Parts: sequence; structure tokens; C-alpha cells
Amino acid sequence: MRIARPRAARTLVAALAIGLVASGCASERDDDNSGGDSEVFVFGAAGDPAAIDPSLGSDGETFRVTRQAFETLIDHEPGGTELVGGLAHDWSSNEEGTEWTFELEEGVTFHDGEALTGEVVCQNYDRWFNWAGTYQNTTLSYYWQAVFGGFAENESEDVPEPNYVGCEAPDELTATITVAEPSANYPGGFSLQAFSLHSPKAIEAYAEDDPSGEGENITFPGYSQEAGTVAGTGPFQVTDWNKGNGEVTLERFDDYWGETDAGVEELVFRTIPEESARRQALQAGDIHGYDLVAPADVSTLEEEGFQVPIRGVFNILYMGIIQERQPELEDVQVRQALAHALDRQNIVDTQLPEGGVAATQFIPDTVAGYSEDVRTYEHDPELAQELLAEAGAEDLTLEFCYPTEVTRPYMPAPADIYELLRADLEAVGITVEPKPLTWNPDYQETTRSGGCDVYLLGWTGDFNDAYNFLGTWFDGYTKEWGFQNDEIFDLLSEVRTEPDVATREAMYQEANEAIMEFLPGVPISSSPPSIAFSPDVNLPTVSPLTQENFAEVSFK
Amino acid sequence: MLRLVVRRLLQLIPTLFGLTVLLFIWIHRLPGGPAWALLGERGNEAARRQIEEQLGLNEPLLVQYGRWLRRLLELDLGNSVKTGQPVWDEFTLRFPATFELGVTALLFAVIIGIPLGYFAARRRGSWLDVTAVSGSLLGICVPVFFLAMILRSIFAVNLGWLPSGGRLTTGIDATDVTGFAVLDGVLTGEFDASWDAIQHLILPGLALASIPLAVVVRITRASVLEVLSEDYVRTAESKGLRKSVVRGRHVLRNALLPVVTTVGLLTGSLLSGAVLTESAFSFGGIGSFIRQAISDRDYPVLMGFILFIALLYMLINLVVDLTYGLIDPRVRVN
Amino acid sequence: MSTKTDKIDRLAALTAQRETTTGGSLWVEAFRRLRSSKMALIGVAIMALFVVIALIGPWIAPHNPTSQLWRDEVFTNRGEFVGPRGENWLGLDHLGRDQLSRMLVGARQTLMVGVISTVLGFVVGALIGGVSGAALAFGGRAGQRLDTVLMRFIDMMLAMPSLLLAVSIAAVMGQSLTTVMIAVGVVQVPIFARLLRGSMLSQANADYVLAARALGVRRRRVVMGHVLPNSLGPVIVQSTLALATAIIEAAALSYLGLGNPDAAQPEWGVMLAQAERFFDEAPFMAICPALGIIITALGFTLLGESMREALDPKLRS
Repeated sequence: MRIARPRAARTLVAALAIGLVASGCASERDDDNSGGDSEVFVFGAAGDPAAIDPSLGSDGETFRVTRQAFETLIDHEPGGTELVGGLAHDWSSNEEGTEWTFELEEGVTFHDGEALTGEVVCQNYDRWFNWAGTYQNTTLSYYWQAVFGGFAENESEDVPEPNYVGCEAPDELTATITVAEPSANYPGGFSLQAFSLHSPKAIEAYAEDDPSGEGENITFPGYSQEAGTVAGTGPFQVTDWNKGNGEVTLERFDDYWGETDAGVEELVFRTIPEESARRQALQAGDIHGYDLVAPADVSTLEEEGFQVPIRGVFNILYMGIIQERQPELEDVQVRQALAHALDRQNIVDTQLPEGGVAATQFIPDTVAGYSEDVRTYEHDPELAQELLAEAGAEDLTLEFCYPTEVTRPYMPAPADIYELLRADLEAVGITVEPKPLTWNPDYQETTRSGGCDVYLLGWTGDFNDAYNFLGTWFDGYTKEWGFQNDEIFDLLSEVRTEPDVATREAMYQEANEAIMEFLPGVPISSSPPSIAFSPDVNLPTVSPLTQENFAEVSFK
Repeated sequence: MLRLVVRRLLQLIPTLFGLTVLLFIWIHRLPGGPAWALLGERGNEAARRQIEEQLGLNEPLLVQYGRWLRRLLELDLGNSVKTGQPVWDEFTLRFPATFELGVTALLFAVIIGIPLGYFAARRRGSWLDVTAVSGSLLGICVPVFFLAMILRSIFAVNLGWLPSGGRLTTGIDATDVTGFAVLDGVLTGEFDASWDAIQHLILPGLALASIPLAVVVRITRASVLEVLSEDYVRTAESKGLRKSVVRGRHVLRNALLPVVTTVGLLTGSLLSGAVLTESAFSFGGIGSFIRQAISDRDYPVLMGFILFIALLYMLINLVVDLTYGLIDPRVRVN
Repeated sequence: MSTKTDKIDRLAALTAQRETTTGGSLWVEAFRRLRSSKMALIGVAIMALFVVIALIGPWIAPHNPTSQLWRDEVFTNRGEFVGPRGENWLGLDHLGRDQLSRMLVGARQTLMVGVISTVLGFVVGALIGGVSGAALAFGGRAGQRLDTVLMRFIDMMLAMPSLLLAVSIAAVMGQSLTTVMIAVGVVQVPIFARLLRGSMLSQANADYVLAARALGVRRRRVVMGHVLPNSLGPVIVQSTLALATAIIEAAALSYLGLGNPDAAQPEWGVMLAQAERFFDEAPFMAICPALGIIITALGFTLLGESMREALDPKLRS
């Protein structure tokens, strides 16, 4: 019995062929289009922003977007970490460091046409200070609580006491902010994206749109989830947030007060969670740039003609040691042995992107207070073994925690770094028990509550003050370090309220030296997260704080 | 018939209720809480206590469950801890993407699978048969995430034929009506938006289709073989009916019934595949959202989404059972 | 009286035995057909090769799979990798370890994950399914209730997408090889349970069972001696297929960052998930474990599918 060739199958093949050809043609046509008007710049983000009101944000993905539309009183110099004028061209404080006066730029207009005045600055700060209900939750007001403490009326005992006292506007272009106690957080804190200024009209609108404090929900207020209400002073304004497609669209603001307007008409941040998908999207021409490029991809992308500028470093990766877990770890000789055992240069050479450096202390050298005179610990396996022998800890066993499925700016591939460190530790006779945990939230919780002997963690600075690094870890006992050292604790508590910047710097150097002598953990490296752009764009100045200003971007 | 439907629907209630209890206990056993997930490196003990207090996580589990259930009866599923938006809104926002993706995958599976299965059966034992069957089986053996990367690498990066991910090209003028990108374009007359959405569906659809394809081929083949051996086919053939008539009217039509019902039952495995496919293609549907919710300990989202999926799965099962009953009177008796 | 029941029992056994002989011939014939099936042959060949490698792999591995012997030659940050060469036939991985040795040793891990998780799914699933089927068929009203409860539970498990179930198990239990096995195994439980129950129910209505019951053979004996053994066919077929699924699911878990974390035990899924990052720079690193997984899974699947076909009496020509 012969089987006739079926007509259906032939039709199907034909249809498939037509479909493929058509799709080929169509995508070519699309390419032509985007080449033609070339005014939409698409940037691949690793995650969705939490809100388009920066006051509610606490993560880089949120701030990357809002930074293009909102500005702060003080800014960082392009490509650096020094504080420079933002919306205020000058700022000063009284001697005690409790009154901060800002001289505002003239002629600044918000996206809704309102003008920036000293009064507006006060409205903004008073808004944050008077936050109530759900706003007092750390999820919504992390940075306010970290920098200015609590609120006018604290509703929970877990909220810190307020350090903010009040704000006055003596004239049109001046604002004075008063705080109760001087702090290492000032003036750096005024540069935080979370304290960007909003238009007074927008603030009124926000007030009517409270986050529902009802029941056990934490709800972001509606205005922060949808374009239309928020208004800042930046070179772009948020015009659309399409959550289904994971795209935030910003359009050029033509009345921008700064000298130059944005180089592209439209800026889109598109969420592409997978690292390799972001790279392929760039290679396929679907996006024009993306952040957190895997180090291995840098050379490939460069060979293909993509631009991969190198940022400065502003972060630190360290191996934390929790001393109270084992008596051996409380012995400084053992901790020194660990430091000598690790080949940190090898990690820099083989794992970190260009620009990465091995760390000698718990802050990168771009932060004021970095000391050249700290005790250093060279890679020396033999010395490590001797130290272990002297301490009587030859058969040391360490439970080593490391995170999986995560890429951090200071740690491109944690599992690989762990593998290398494990080999180093085993080379000096230490037994390593691996304890991998998912980053969210197991790893955070386990390391913070003291659940491992050693672990990998790091920090990216918010602004250029060493307290932002050191204070986070060493101004008192924490379970994540598990030690008592009053010398270090006192030093940092003291520096926290020292108003004079120069004095602070000297104290930080002293603290760094004391810390590296005591060696609570091993600082490993600082590395710049890589950012890539397509060949046809003029690059923005890349920033160690990852605060790129996309207004500088334009198409060639 | 109606009574049967009602009875079966009522039977769903205790199952779903039991599911919510088990699910609630289970997801609250996930170590860690949403606080660390929300704040990352910047989290601390005070923040954790504060967040847990706000979310009511410090109360006994039973109280929490009672409150959740009471609100469910008011049709309120609570808010996502991560995004702060109502769970229902998050679901309706993301469901269309997953639905479109699932339908595309099933279409690919059916369009490729049925002819393949049919010809494999007609030439049983030949090399065509072996190739078709092993070829389709090869599909399920390739890890979806790897397949996704290969497809992207070939068709998006090297050939540049199709987009590498996402649902729509950035900047395309598409009006959002229903959330179903393809349908919206048709409704508003923006056919280029529809076409764009279809292009974005092809690669993830193919990757996801690798799972149901094998099943469709196998069931088609088995069912065609069975029908071919039936007496009425032999009778028809020996009567001298034209081959095309025998094949079309007798073989295919009868063989397709089990295929149709099996396709309905594939939704479960499609959703599993969607978790990986959506992640790999940045296709913002419910699969990748749930996966994220697990690591964020986003309890309300997990409860709400999984409940929906379970309900959907059970309803599809029910419909499949009932259609089976309609088609095959022997089943109805039982 | 006891002698009388014994006699009846023996009679029933004889009746059933005749059935079993036909059943046996069914198995024999299935085996005969299996032998002539090209698919089955390919499947068996792949499987045999895989098992052999898994058994002897650690002994024939040319290097230590975990030591970073060529650490100085691989620079992931510059995209410099070492491909296949005389010393390392499959090149080096991203930390300067011998890829061939990792593949060889990894085969055993991969097989172990597959086998143990499948056995777990099989045992638990068969237990639930068996109890449920037996209860419904022979347990009267109480049995019916038990069956309803068990099947509702199974339905709930089925209603949850398997990968999400596995991911949440991995999240609750923390990461380890055991977790991967349990997570992958649990996902198989409802499938095995449903299958065995269905198969038992159809056997329960077979003539020989009715005959045995009519003759008064004790229920337990009918179930254990006749219904269960005769119902196992499809379940065994399923476990061959489940082995393939298990290997792939384990890889998926690794991709989601929840796989076996202990780098001292290389495993193909983990290797693939790790190498995926470097696909552009060093495709061989991903292709080796990928091919390993694909070919092995295909082997098991081919064998399982041809067994299924051989056992299906409806398809006998």
C-alpha cells in the first residue's frame, strides 16, 4: 500500500517557511526603523524598580531609574566620589555640625512647572519627617531612618529616635536644615538619591494617596507605581511604567535647568533578569546598554565592538569570621593564618573585571580615611601553617557559607570565589565544610544571625564617608562578627558624632589600623561592576557609585 | 449532566480548602522571612522585627491563616510584600503573558506533533517512525534553559531573525486593552503590534513546546495505530473507499480525541516549563514571578498564585473529564 | 474449616496462575518485541554505556576532578579558557580543573541523583497508590473514604507545578545533594501513585480476580499475590522514564541556583548551569555536560517508551 504525499503536510511546511522568511524580513525592517529615528535609548536593568518615588527606594535598580528624573541638594562629581553642588551650589554647616545651610541654584523648574525655593526644600524634608503609618516601615523609609533617624511621631519602638529637628527657609534660595546631633552621615547623606526633591504640587498629591496602612499589608502608594504624579527636576521625566513588559519610559524634559539637555529624546529601562539574556539582548541590538556585565563577557563584548568603560571602585568584598562560633577563631593567630592562607591576588587576576584590586582594609582606597599604614597579610601558606601550629589549631574545621544564584557589584561569581578560597584554605590543612545558601533571604539571615564560621559578604558605599562602611560593621557588638573589642567600638562611636571632616578622616585611619591589627575578617577585594554599551552611543561618564547620568548619552 | 457538573464542582471545594491549609503551613516553613529579602545587605534586626510586626508574621500561624481565610472570603488576597500591590492585580498583569506563551507552545506541539505522530504510525517500524519518535523525545531530554539559550544564540544573536526576549519591542506603539498583546493589536487595529508580539512568542514558544511535543507525538501515534487496527477501518478499506476518505474521516478524526484530551492535561507541565522559559526569555509571566516570590518569601503572592494555578488545573481536568463523558458514552455510565 | 479455606485459596491461586502464565507470556512476548525494537536497542546501549561510565568513571579519571591544577591558565575575567588539548581531552573548566575527569566522576553523581530520587518517588508513590487502589477496590465503604482522602492529597500535589514544588522543597530543606534527590523524587510521587492506583483498579475488575474473590480467597492475598504484581508493569515503565526526568529536573534546579552545591562532587547539572555563563567564550564547557545529560536522558526515555509500547496489548499487531 503506497502512501500518497499528504497535502496537509506540504501546506504546513510552506506556511512554516513563509513564517520564517516573513519574520526575517520583518525584523530587518524593525532594525531599519530603530536606526532611522534612533532617539530611544534602551538600557537593560537587572530588576524592576520598587517605586518611581526615590524617597521610598533602597536599592540600585530603583535609584538608577529615579536618578534620571530627580536631583538632590548635593551631588557627586561625574566619575568620582567627591561631593559637588547639585540643586544647591553651596552648602555649609555651623561648627557643631547641627545646622546645614544650602544655597540653591536659581531658575530650577520641576517637571510640572513649579519653581525650586528654600520653602520647597523644607516641604520635602518635613514630608519625610512627618511620615506616619506604613511609611514608617523600613521597607518604605530605609534611608530616612538610616540618616535622619525616626519621625515626628514614632509609631513603633523599633524606629530609632529622630535626629532631624526642622527646616527653615530664610529667603527664596536658602534652606537651613537642623539636626539634633552631628553625624558622619552629613553632609554625605544629603547626596542620597532617596532625598531628591519633589515638586510641591506633587507632594500635595502624594498626601492624598497614602499607602494603605490597613491590616498586615505593606502597600506602596499608588502614585509611586504609575507615571503621572511624581515630578522632580531632572533632565528626564517619567512618562510611563509598563509593569507587564517591565519597562519604565522617561522622556527628555525640555525646561531642564542645567546647561545641557538630555542627549536622547526617550530613555527606556527594560528589566532583563538573566545575565546571559542581557548580554544576548545587547548583542542582538534589542538594547543599547546594560549593567553588571559578567567579567568573562567583557573581552568578548569588546572584541565584537561594544564599549565597556571601566568604573572606579567603591565597594569591598570580605570574608567575615564569626569569632564566637569557635574558640580557635577568637585567637588572633588563627585569624592571621586565614588571612595569610588566602591568595587574594589570584582572585583579582582571574575572577574580577579590569580595575579590581586586592583589599588591604575594610574600605576601598577611594574613600577618605583609607590608611597606607595598616598591617598587611601577604599570601604565605607556610606562614599560615606555622601560625596554625602555634595556636594549636592544625585540625581546624570551618563551615564556609557562600551565596548562590546571585551577582553583586563587589562579587561577580560568589561560588567561583568560594571555590578558590576553599582550595587556598585546604592547602594549609584547614577542613572546609561548604554551606551554600540562596542569597534571598537565607544567606542574609544566616550570616547576620551568626550561623557560619566564615562567609563572603560585601558592601557598596552610599557616599564618600568611611563611616558608611566601617560603622555598618564595627560600632558595636553584632552577631555577624561575634566579638567584643571596646577599642574599636569606642573609636567608631566617637567618630560617628564628630562634626569635623578632617578630624574624622584621621580617626578613620586610626580605626582602619586597629581593625586590621585585630583582624575581625579578611578584606578580599574591591572591584568595579562592568557596564556595557553598544558601539553607536556616546558614553556617559561612568561612576564608581554606579550613578551614571543618562542625559549624557547620545547616539553617534 | 448538570447535576454531575455541580457535584464535581462541589468536590473541588474541600480539595482546594485542604490545599490552602497545606500550602499555608508549607510556605511559612520556608526559612527566613520577607524582611531580609526586601532589604538585602542593608537589612538589620530592628528592620526585620518592624516588617514582621507590620505583616503580622509574629502572630501564631493559626491566627495568620484565619485572617488570610477571612479575607479570601471577602475576595481579598492581600498585597504582594515585594511590590506592595494587590496580589490580584499582579496576577491579572502577568497571566496574559503566560497564557499566550502556553497557547503558543501547545500550537507548536500540535502543528508539529500531530503530523509527525500520524506518519510515524502509518509507517510503523520504519526509520521515519524511529526518527520521528526519538526526535520528539529528544525535545524533552534537552534542559529547557539550555535549549532557550541555544535558540536565542542562533535566532536572535547570530541570525538576527527574532527578538532575544521580552514581550514587545521597546518603543512600539501598542495600546493596552486586555493585556493579551496579540489580541490587543487586533482589537485596536495595530496589527504591527500584534505581529511584533507574535515574533516575541516564537522562540519561547518553541522552547516550551519541547515538553508537550513528545507527548502529542506519542499519543497521536499510539491512537492512530489503535484506530488503524479497528474493524471499521479495515471494513472501510476493504469496501474500496478512497484512501484519503478513510484517513480523513475515519482514522484521523477518531484518533484525535485522545490527543485533544491529553493536550488539556498538559497545562501542569507547561506551567513548570514556563518558570524556566519565562526566566530565560525575560517574559514577564506568572511562572518567573512565582519563582521570584519563593525567594522573596512573598507569602501572599505564593498563596494567591498557587491557588489560582491549582484551581485552573482542576477546572481543566474537570472539563476534560466531562468532554470525555460527552464523547464516549461508556464513560458517562460510571 | 481452615483446611477448606486453604483449599479454596489453592484453587484460586491455580486459577490465577493460569492467568499469570498468560500474563507471563505477555511479558515474554513484550520482551521479544522489545528486542526487535530499534529504539529499545539504542536506549539500552546508551544506558549500559552510562552505567558503566558511572561505575568505573572515578577510577579511570586521569586527574583529580576537584583540584584546580591549572588554575594559572584560566582567566575568566579576560575570557581566556583552555579548550581540548593533549593533556586535557575535554579542556579545562572555569577554575582550571580537568573537564574530562569531572565528566567521568560526574556521571556517578548524576546516576545517583537519578536513581535515588526515582526510587524515592517510586516507593512513596507506589505505597500511596497501592493502598489507595487496594482500599477502593476491596476496602468497602471505609476503603472508599481512605481512597478519596489519599487521592485528594495526590491531586493537590499534581495541581502544583512540579518545578515550583521542587524549588520550594529545596528552599525549605537547604541546599544539599540529599535535598536535590528528595525534591526531584517528591515530584514523581503523585505520578507513580496515580499510575499504580489506576492499574490496580483495572486489574481488580479482571476476570481472574473476580473468580478468586468469588471463591473466597482472602482480600489481602488477592491484592498482594495477584493484583499488585500484575499492576506493576506500567509503574516500572514509568520509573525508566522518571529516571530521565529526574536527571533533567536536577539540572533545572541547578540552573535556578538550588542544585547540589558541593563542588567536591561534580555533577552534570551543576556543571551545565555553571558553564552556561561562559557559553560565548568557551562553548565546550557547556556542551560536554549538556550532551551528557541529553544523551543519557534520551537513552532512558527511548527504553521507557519502547517498553511502554511493548507492554501495551492494544498495540500488538
